[in-house]
Amino acid sequence: MSEITLNGITKRYGDGFEAVRDMDLEIEDGEFMILVGPSGCGKSTALRMIAGLEDITEGELRIGDTVVNQIAPRDRDIAMVFQNYALYPHMSVRENMAFPLKLAGVDQGTIDSKIADVAKVLDLEPHLDRKPANLSGGQRQRVAMGRAIVRDPKAFLMDEPLSNLDAKLRVQMRTEVARLQSELGTTTVYVTHDQTEAMTLGDRVAVMRAGVLQQVGSPADLYGNPKNLFVAGFIGSPAMNFMPGRIAGGKVSLPFGEVSAPESARDGDERQVIAGLRPESFEDVSLVREERDRGVTFTAKLDLVESMGSEKYAYFALGSEGVHSEELEELAADAGLDDVPGGGDQVVARLDAASGLKRGDEAELWVDTSRLHLFDPESGQSLTSG
Amino acid sequence: MARGGAIATSDRTRSERRLGWMLCAPAVAAMLLVTAYPVGYALVLSMQEIDLRFPEEGGFIGLSNYEAVLTSELWWTDVFNTLFITAISVAIELALGMIIALVMYRAIFGRGVVRTSVLIPYGIITVVAAFSWFYAFNPDTGFINQLPLVADDKAWFGDRFSSLAVVIMAEVWKTTPFMALLLLAGLVTIDDGLHEAAKMDGANTWQRFWRITVPLMKPAILVALLFRTLDAFRIFDSIFIMTGGAQDTESVSILGYNQLIERLNLGLGSAVSVLIFFAVLIIAYTFVKGFGVRMAEGRPGS
Amino acid sequence: MERGTREYTLWSIGILIVLFFALMPVLWIISLSLKTPATITEGTTFWDRFIPQDITFENYESLFTGGLSESPFIAPLINSILIAIIATTIAIVLAAFAAYAIARLDFPGKALILAGALAIAMFPAISTVGPLFDMWRTLGLYDTYPGLIIPYLTFSLPLAIYTLVAFFREIPWDLEHAAQVDGATPYQAFRKVIIPLAAPGVFTAAILVFIFAWNDFLFAISLTSSDASRTVPAALAFFTGESQFTQPTGNIAAAAVIVTVPIIIFVLLFQRRIVSGLTAGAVKG
Repeated sequence: MSEITLNGITKRYGDGFEAVRDMDLEIEDGEFMILVGPSGCGKSTALRMIAGLEDITEGELRIGDTVVNQIAPRDRDIAMVFQNYALYPHMSVRENMAFPLKLAGVDQGTIDSKIADVAKVLDLEPHLDRKPANLSGGQRQRVAMGRAIVRDPKAFLMDEPLSNLDAKLRVQMRTEVARLQSELGTTTVYVTHDQTEAMTLGDRVAVMRAGVLQQVGSPADLYGNPKNLFVAGFIGSPAMNFMPGRIAGGKVSLPFGEVSAPESARDGDERQVIAGLRPESFEDVSLVREERDRGVTFTAKLDLVESMGSEKYAYFALGSEGVHSEELEELAADAGLDDVPGGGDQVVARLDAASGLKRGDEAELWVDTSRLHLFDPESGQSLTSG
Repeated sequence: MARGGAIATSDRTRSERRLGWMLCAPAVAAMLLVTAYPVGYALVLSMQEIDLRFPEEGGFIGLSNYEAVLTSELWWTDVFNTLFITAISVAIELALGMIIALVMYRAIFGRGVVRTSVLIPYGIITVVAAFSWFYAFNPDTGFINQLPLVADDKAWFGDRFSSLAVVIMAEVWKTTPFMALLLLAGLVTIDDGLHEAAKMDGANTWQRFWRITVPLMKPAILVALLFRTLDAFRIFDSIFIMTGGAQDTESVSILGYNQLIERLNLGLGSAVSVLIFFAVLIIAYTFVKGFGVRMAEGRPGS
Repeated sequence: MERGTREYTLWSIGILIVLFFALMPVLWIISLSLKTPATITEGTTFWDRFIPQDITFENYESLFTGGLSESPFIAPLINSILIAIIATTIAIVLAAFAAYAIARLDFPGKALILAGALAIAMFPAISTVGPLFDMWRTLGLYDTYPGLIIPYLTFSLPLAIYTLVAFFREIPWDLEHAAQVDGATPYQAFRKVIIPLAAPGVFTAAILVFIFAWNDFLFAISLTSSDASRTVPAALAFFTGESQFTQPTGNIAAAAVIVTVPIIIFVLLFQRRIVSGLTAGAVKG
């Protein structure tokens, strides 16, 4: 059995800095678990602790039933795919893949047949005797995976294996990785900073921020029920729109109108909240029929309309002050939006491609407020998700 | 328009070229003046009988000087000494240098201390170091004989091979640091990730060293070997100070010096120098062609 | 894995051992220089021999008695200092020109010059001693400053050029253009932007050349014959003792210490620079 269990795992450095704080995570046998978060959130450190390349300051790590905190990487029977592949430059592809098997004392015959199998699956057969320097990025990536696969380990650990590839290749390899994992059925822990990768690849996704696990769940779960501002803003592209709101007497007032407050947020005194609505919740009024009652109609002057072919994105300002919160600032910093003027006040709406709206139009838009998320401005916690 | 542009470009290129050559000229002249010309001159001298003690005699004698040298027992003894010292000291330096390089590479503290202790042998005058080792091993003045396991009256410099041993120790002490530095430079080029990958693949420290580190350091090792071998072959200072060549411990350079400066026999001495020159050429050629040393990574050193 | 106290202790011991071996000959020669002539050959145990029993400074004093004309040491010391400084200055200037051209300009023969420099570094100096001896005597350069400075230039230029080329390659030359766009004349741009960036490399190369010239022995004993230009290494080899039968061990040791201390100070102060100079360019990417 190869479940991986993290129990209170903490990584603290000499100067007191905690890269990972009290992390609890249970990865099931055969599961594809993604660790995602902005740079510096501790996901790579967590992965390296599972690998044994970093020491665990506090907490317990189990692989299967065994506590492995003190066990050297080479004895944990896990394979790792590094971000820059770490292929041995002086060895051919074949020798690279054979290396771990040779070290394990496997006989040559078995080594040859295993390499042949893996090379076939990964389409590396023509390259077996070439050196890494002569391969393309995608080929090198596959060799790195091949080196991990031949070992038939208890688990695969992957540290941003696709980030060095160009965009098209990345999309292609993503499906390859998913397919391989489901065929092999090996437990996989995969680190990425790209939320699209996280959403498309994982059985479950663990969102991390500043060393702390924010939420673990299936992609749908994280999308529909984010537990706090950070997860809400991190998952989903384009990101969720945040705006100030006020709850009073069972109603929420938003910049474009008033709606009745969701069940979970109805009681309590009048207070400020942060409201979140995904771009997908908006639509061109003229294209909305049955669902009208679920939402609110309003007018806005469109600053910009981007046509992607399959859909349109409309940008407009709310006329409010925007919202401020530490979580949102961190998100903005991660996306590089710090200094972009108007970032705080601007709303992105996704419209159907059939919409005829253009830049500068005084558009009539509709928003589905049944999909409204509300957050506490101070703690960032969701008031609407369980 | 295009034609005018083309002319302007080649004008600039031409003036850039001229400037380049002009700037290099003085250095090139200085370098050639003392090497190209003298070597040619040495060739000429070597084929004459010239003894400055008897300046009126002399004249062209073809290759007789070479014959005299190549049939002399002293020459071959010296060649043996030189090769012996070279082979052993370079071998020790490579091993020790590698250890020190690894220490410097993985040192978590005290890097400055190690660096300093590595550079002091480099900076010390060879003659000074030679004296220090000489006096240390000399039974009258030294302390080596007072160490446990060493005979109190061992006459280190009374015997050929014990003298050579001291010479080798002095050489190793002086130049291992430089070797360590060159090897360290090679060590740092190895991507850390490769070691991690090897750890994950199941290699222990020993295996990682021999299967990953050493193969990837091959270029640096070969360059270091080349320079050190050439240096060792030209050994002079230490032997001069420690034994003066006595007890059959001469090196070929000492022979050359004795003939040229002591005996003022420019003919024979030049023949020896030319032979040394060719020996160095052969060594360099062997390394470059035979072992595939990539000269682009070579650098002149101590 | 985590480093425990055990590892720290092992490392410390290892470093101390390395340090001891590096310093041992230096400590020994200092000890010798402080011994009286009588005690130099005394002592039956290791510590008796290694540590001076009777400390004296007369070895140092006698080196300097007699002034410039009589003392066996003052003239060679001055010669060493002056020749090393002059050789270093000239070498650096020549090498800087050449290195600037090689690092910055494009002209045919660049590779050849570098290869040639490398070849000269591998050259056996002994092969040039004979002809130089003859040439210098004819030209009147025998036993003169230039007589030594010229071969020193030849054999230190490769080292200087390689070091400087490596450092110059690191300089972002666009800064010169940026400075000019900001209003500086080409000369000002060069002086205020490039020179400060080049200075560390030049300094490093100068240290390396100085050490080379300071250290030379073969040319010093072959191309000089008197205090007119004999340098310290050569003088050391020909020191005479008080009488025909006594070895001037103490004097030699004292002289050795005097010429070694500056180098040690250099090395202590500039170890980082020296290391980067020696290994610059040896690292590929």
